[in-house]
Amino acid sequence: MSLKAKDINESTPWRDMTLGCAIFEPMTSAAVNTGNWRTMKPSFIEEKCKQCLLCVPVCPDCAIPVKEGKRTDFDFFFCKGCGICYKVCPFDAIEFKKDDKREV
Amino acid sequence: MSYNLKEEVQKAERFSGGHRMCAGCGSPVAVRSVLRALKPEDKAVVCSATSCLEVSTFLYPYTAWKDSFIHSAFENAAATISGAETAYNVLKKRGKIDETYKFIAFGGDGGTYDIGFQSLSGAMERGHDMVYVCYDNEAYMNTGIQRSSSTPHFSDTTTSPAGTVIPGKKQVKKDLTKVIAAHNVPYVAQTTFIGNFKDISEKAHKAIYTPGPAFLNVMAPCPRGWRYPAEDLMEITKAAVETCVWPLFEVIDGKWILNYTPKKKLPVEEYLKKQGRFSHMFKKGNEWMIEAYQAEVDRKWEDLLFNCSRA
Amino acid sequence: MGIRERLSGNEAIAIALKQINPDVMGAFPITPSTEIPQYFSQYVANGEVDTEFIAVESEHSAMSTCIGASAAGARAVTATSSAGLALMWELLSVAASARLPITLACVNRALTGPININCDHSDSMGARDTGWIQLYSESNQEAYDNMLQAMRIGENSKVMLPVMVCQDGFITSHAIENIELLETEKVKAFVGEYNPENYMLKKENPMSVGAYATAAYYMEAKRAQAQAMIDAKEVILKVAAEFEKVTGRKYGLFEEYMMDDAEEAIVAIGSTAGTAKEAVNMMRKEGRKVGLIKLRVFRPFPMKELAAALSHVKAAAVLDKAESFSACGGPLFAEVRSALYDCGTRPLMVNYIYGLGGRDVMVENILYVFESLKEIAAAGKAGETYRYLGVRE
Repeated sequence: MSLKAKDINESTPWRDMTLGCAIFEPMTSAAVNTGNWRTMKPSFIEEKCKQCLLCVPVCPDCAIPVKEGKRTDFDFFFCKGCGICYKVCPFDAIEFKKDDKREV
Repeated sequence: MSYNLKEEVQKAERFSGGHRMCAGCGSPVAVRSVLRALKPEDKAVVCSATSCLEVSTFLYPYTAWKDSFIHSAFENAAATISGAETAYNVLKKRGKIDETYKFIAFGGDGGTYDIGFQSLSGAMERGHDMVYVCYDNEAYMNTGIQRSSSTPHFSDTTTSPAGTVIPGKKQVKKDLTKVIAAHNVPYVAQTTFIGNFKDISEKAHKAIYTPGPAFLNVMAPCPRGWRYPAEDLMEITKAAVETCVWPLFEVIDGKWILNYTPKKKLPVEEYLKKQGRFSHMFKKGNEWMIEAYQAEVDRKWEDLLFNCSRA
Repeated sequence: MGIRERLSGNEAIAIALKQINPDVMGAFPITPSTEIPQYFSQYVANGEVDTEFIAVESEHSAMSTCIGASAAGARAVTATSSAGLALMWELLSVAASARLPITLACVNRALTGPININCDHSDSMGARDTGWIQLYSESNQEAYDNMLQAMRIGENSKVMLPVMVCQDGFITSHAIENIELLETEKVKAFVGEYNPENYMLKKENPMSVGAYATAAYYMEAKRAQAQAMIDAKEVILKVAAEFEKVTGRKYGLFEEYMMDDAEEAIVAIGSTAGTAKEAVNMMRKEGRKVGLIKLRVFRPFPMKELAAALSHVKAAAVLDKAESFSACGGPLFAEVRSALYDCGTRPLMVNYIYGLGGRDVMVENILYVFESLKEIAAAGKAGETYRYLGVRE
């Protein structure tokens, strides 16, 4: 009986893997923490943010969520710390520093 | 229907984080932009050629895709999506499905300009209702930065190294957008990431919703292969456009339309100097390379202006 | 009951496909399979089928479109030969590993070098490890019947593997013989519809196909594929039993012709079996106890069953219409010989490579083989096992 993607791992026996290694659910990569790749980390300075939203589309990792038309804080589970958003912000509302690895 | 960034970015994401693309990669930025152009009520089938995008976005059991996705091989994204599109037509005709699906293929420049060229040409010629998006990072990046026919003149890659005898890639970049325009498909466009993403978003929308084959060539910089700090993505694309290295244009039913003319056309140095793959061109004695590069950019720009000037 | 006709093998396949009316055909011409997409295109143009035909620009794209279509939920078919199959080679294992029940009509033709348009089995034999089910046909009737059974086999949920229906190029594909067709409504009732559990155009959930699998997962995927091939044997026999009920024509894993008391036997694939049956009949009239095994199912390979059928024989010759360049014999020889390894008693066995590049094989050639088997049986020694038949020495 094949398992859901979240239950498949390197101990899964062959009978429990999905047919042809296909996946029958959307966006199962949402379970993968790519935030632990970071060496640099952005921070959101909300007071300076004019919600121009120019940072949202430049993120390769969908790490700037938008709720009700406004950008919210970074999704650090995915953010790889590339800094494109930091460079693009016209209002210095994003700072970019070495990741001190204290939070997840 | 004028472009509104706020409206666009409120659409539900059809592409998830947790993929394994390099930090700062231009390819997923292209993917997100293109998928955002889909109407939320429409479904899609996405095909990716073997490439950075494919191996990083569908690494078993993790798929970054919300829509159905298929990868079969390196050189056949266009043919594979043709098959899916044809299946859609016949199953709809036979009353087995009733939703609207759009068919989008992604390939890197390797899988599009070179090994994938034949199947792309075939699919365009047959008239399938599909979009082929080339995310052009100007080399075979997935295998470690080897030259493709899309690699610019003089660019340093592992199979066209800037050595003491041969100064990087010997040939100029192939003009694939022009070649696909010559296939007389309804919509062809060259684009990249600029400002509020209006250019790529509107072009993606037109590509998807124009019936028949459409081709989008997206400059998608690669921080590793092009050797620039990952955070500079938007500076690189802006420089490409302002120097006319990568002009923004469309060919709609054979009519060439220039979308952007720089107020001040910058010299190519402004683009080349930002990237390590061109750094040897700035060595003393190599001025002729920059001159040759500039001459080629100017020639192509004039050629484009001519095409766009025709009624 | 049944429709009596006179058709070539290609016409028979085309008509089978017309009756099945698949969803998608993506095909590219190559001699001698070209007629199949040609006939089929005519049916499409005249509205006799509502299949979507994709006139692809190469065989690699033919298989690519079939993969895309099948994954999307459509019943996809194609036809090819020789270099065309070779060009698809990379994708054959993609189709099988993605567990897509695509059907391919392979009109057997020699692989290039030198380029040759005539029959031999090097094309499909060259693809024997790609994970496709392979059925071989002796005649136009068998080609037709195999095509009707192919989808029931491949689309079975225990199997979900692509199926190759092979017939000899020119010899079968272009020669007109009598045939009995099944009525179209009966074909449709037997073949049924393709209803996969998951497909890319499924409303309820999306599907991602064609993963990158690390070393941690690849081997398990292959194990599952291997199991499907193992399970296919039973499905093949069940489908054949059902087919017999509908048509009266019996199929198994192989045909045993006068094997019960045979002391010398030949194992062969395809149209040569027909020639060999002539030779067997002639020898039987002379009182010689000879027989023939005509293999229908090469993949999955019926190891146990072949061993059981052959172990009592004193001397056997395996005829290979393809080289495997092992320097020890052809592909069928290697596998038949291996099948007999565990038998307490087993025949002395030799291999004859024959019919390459369309080299004619006559009754006299088969009689010669039986003569050599007689000598081998008498001598109690096989002698040289790797032999050629019909080549100018």
